[in-house]
Amino acid sequence: MTQQSILLDGLPVPFEEGQTIMDAAMAAEIFIPHLCHHPEFKPQGSCKLCTVKASGRYVSACTMPARDGMEVENNSPDFNDKRRTMLQMLFVEGNHFCPSCEKSGNCMLQALAYELEMLSPHFNQFYPNRPLDASHPQVLLDFNRCILCELCVRASRDVDGKHVFSLSGRGITKHLIVNAESGRLADTDFSLTDKAAHVCPVGVILEKRKGFAVPIGQRRYDVDPIGMQVERLAHRTTTEEEI
Amino acid sequence: MTDECVEAGRLGELLQPIIDGHGGDPGMLVQILREAQEVLGYLPAAALTAIARAVGLPRARVEGVAGFYSFLHLQPVGRYRVLFSDNITDHMLGSVELMDRLCNRLWIERGKVSEDGLVSVDTTSCTGLCDQGPALLVNGRAMTRMSAERIDRISEMIRAELPLDDWPREYFRIEDNIRRRDALLNTCWPAGEALRAALARGPEAMLAEMRTSNLRGRGGAGFTTYIKWESARRAPCRGEPPERYIVCNADEGEPGTFKDRVLLSSYTDLLFDGMSVAGFTIGATRGLLYLRGEYAYLLPALRENLARRRRDGLLGKALCGQDGVCFDIEIHVGAGAYVCGEESALLESLEGKRGVPRIRPPFPVTVGYRGQPTVVNNVETLCKAALIAVNGGAWFAGLGTKQSTGTKLLSISGDVEMPGIYDYPFGVSVAQVLNECGAGNAQAVQISGPSGTCLGMHEFSRHVAFEDVPTAGAFMVFGAHRDMFEVARNFAHFFAHESCGFCTPCRVGTSLVANCMDKIAEGHGSQYDINEIFKIHRLLHVASHCGLGQSACNPLFDTLNKFRPAYERRLRSLDFEPAFDLDQALAAARQMTGRDDPAAHFGLAARVPGVST
Repeated sequence: MTQQSILLDGLPVPFEEGQTIMDAAMAAEIFIPHLCHHPEFKPQGSCKLCTVKASGRYVSACTMPARDGMEVENNSPDFNDKRRTMLQMLFVEGNHFCPSCEKSGNCMLQALAYELEMLSPHFNQFYPNRPLDASHPQVLLDFNRCILCELCVRASRDVDGKHVFSLSGRGITKHLIVNAESGRLADTDFSLTDKAAHVCPVGVILEKRKGFAVPIGQRRYDVDPIGMQVERLAHRTTTEEEI
Repeated sequence: MTDECVEAGRLGELLQPIIDGHGGDPGMLVQILREAQEVLGYLPAAALTAIARAVGLPRARVEGVAGFYSFLHLQPVGRYRVLFSDNITDHMLGSVELMDRLCNRLWIERGKVSEDGLVSVDTTSCTGLCDQGPALLVNGRAMTRMSAERIDRISEMIRAELPLDDWPREYFRIEDNIRRRDALLNTCWPAGEALRAALARGPEAMLAEMRTSNLRGRGGAGFTTYIKWESARRAPCRGEPPERYIVCNADEGEPGTFKDRVLLSSYTDLLFDGMSVAGFTIGATRGLLYLRGEYAYLLPALRENLARRRRDGLLGKALCGQDGVCFDIEIHVGAGAYVCGEESALLESLEGKRGVPRIRPPFPVTVGYRGQPTVVNNVETLCKAALIAVNGGAWFAGLGTKQSTGTKLLSISGDVEMPGIYDYPFGVSVAQVLNECGAGNAQAVQISGPSGTCLGMHEFSRHVAFEDVPTAGAFMVFGAHRDMFEVARNFAHFFAHESCGFCTPCRVGTSLVANCMDKIAEGHGSQYDINEIFKIHRLLHVASHCGLGQSACNPLFDTLNKFRPAYERRLRSLDFEPAFDLDQALAAARQMTGRDDPAAHFGLAARVPGVST
């Protein structure tokens, strides 16, 4: 049987049965911007950054199964413009102050903003009031930076089997909660060895007393832009996220 | 209903019968939470913990579900909870002024519970009573035709803490307001007529009739019903026990739509017949009716009807005496979330989860309720299926137009003499409808609600049909004196309130658009803001996860194109205006210092004494 392939921006990209457009692209080292996707977890398609046009329909590349001969439009000025707008939406929805954030340089949101040449937040800031949770002895939760990607929810539920994180609220008031009547992380069974502790693509789940072990300027996305790190992204595991 | 209920021991005592009533099934979580709230007044943190433990779910999951629905409360609410319907047609009948009046009379601020815990007053999305508004819900019970006198009386009754059962019956009266009858509303068959007809035809022949009829879904999308039925009938059952389901979508949340309310209250047997016919045809033995929370007051009558049908052999085992044919119906009540009208979000809600639309494919016809093949049909669609069972597909296909067969119920409200329900064959012109409902000076009609189309006067010759102007039934008429900008602003806030928040563009974009509209309304708008709305519209259309986001900017897009002067006369400049007003920001300082002289102002007001902005 001949190899099945999709046509990604005019380039034939092979795929195996059961792979999504995102899987096929990553395997071929072609970058499709994404935030809520992680190769270790079930895709959910909520950040919408990986929106592409496949066979005439707008779909999320991370949830759309690849089909032989499917024509996919990805890296076009139009899509990158829309992705930039969605990044701006995420920036104004939360409270993101990169210069004072200890995740700076390791943050996917920041890296994508550079990658897609986002020059300003553009929209008016929402300035939501999101108190920190410093109750846990080893981990700090800074909800200000949450982009609601649900990676920690999925990691804790599907891999750790603990259900430490969940979402509550609706619409613009949707927010991350933890599994305790007090609402405090210290009162859950969360531990630093959980997968969920190392999966946050932004700076919400932070290990205490380790913030600046690697100085800013030498961090992952300081060294190379995110678009050049597709191979690492395709094979990343949560244990490696700590670096 | 206050803190003494939160006491741990008593809490378990109160919750146990509710949880037992649902067999401790985590899939019934939304129903359990609703009923727990009825007993406790609201859902305190300890109750969520107890419920989570009893049904075996993580506590955070339970809190996540409770936090999703508008009618479930994690904080104490007033013993009298008044919610004004916030649809534009209610506004046009004076609901905003009436709500202010009630707040003033009760000395409370909108959205906040009075300090004695007696009462709270707020708004809620359209309650489906646009033909007899202004409407409101008090502790979930619908009240109609509010007026200044009624509001004053209500404030007195609340202050006297009069039980709702002792309030004037008249205030709770809900009319059907059927104005035009045709194929559907003319039927007056005995219960079971359609079911017996379908049983006589047999499932294959019934399916063939459905195909001939070319019936398309009446909920808005217009998908061919026969294809849904056929696909679900053929799809393999996966679970244990193997099962197929018929789900009736009675989550009539589209603002301006109230036809299903009338079918549910006055054509109940026709609807249950339609569900039974569908069940028999696709080989399902269970039917679920998802009733929107706003219609919970219909529940006793619906349950009574189901009990009667069971007694008469029209539900349960051996339908109409035929061995091996069984079907039963249960009712789930929603809890205030428009997005649950989307069929996959509805299934999530039925399974006791947050009402977030699923990723499709797979479609519900193959993987639906609890992973089994499921047909989700609108109330009106199922009633039409009952008609087809009796009269045959060819008869049905002879009504309406070739591509849009049969008749369509329109829920007409707004600036018309006779608001109510109209049954028209598809293909009727908008002008004819306007003429017959007494819309003398219409400048615009919003068809199919906020997510539909806004037609201007030059388009009134168009026809109501899937091939021209499709509709789920809403038909809101705006007279020449109405401000179409305010109409669009109301819709923008509706979508921002109802976005489920799953995907980025809809969650943030709908709020950005609502803020943009407020900025224009406050006189700080410019051409820049209009361009922003267009830009977000294009993004939402492309990148949103479901139809809610994709259509959220439609009403703005339509009104901007057709009623641009309504926007432009509000714009301060045609270039750029910041939302931040320096002079306004000083207002608090002026109030505190008691100053209002020119030196306490910025801008124009500083130069012209006595002119404040």
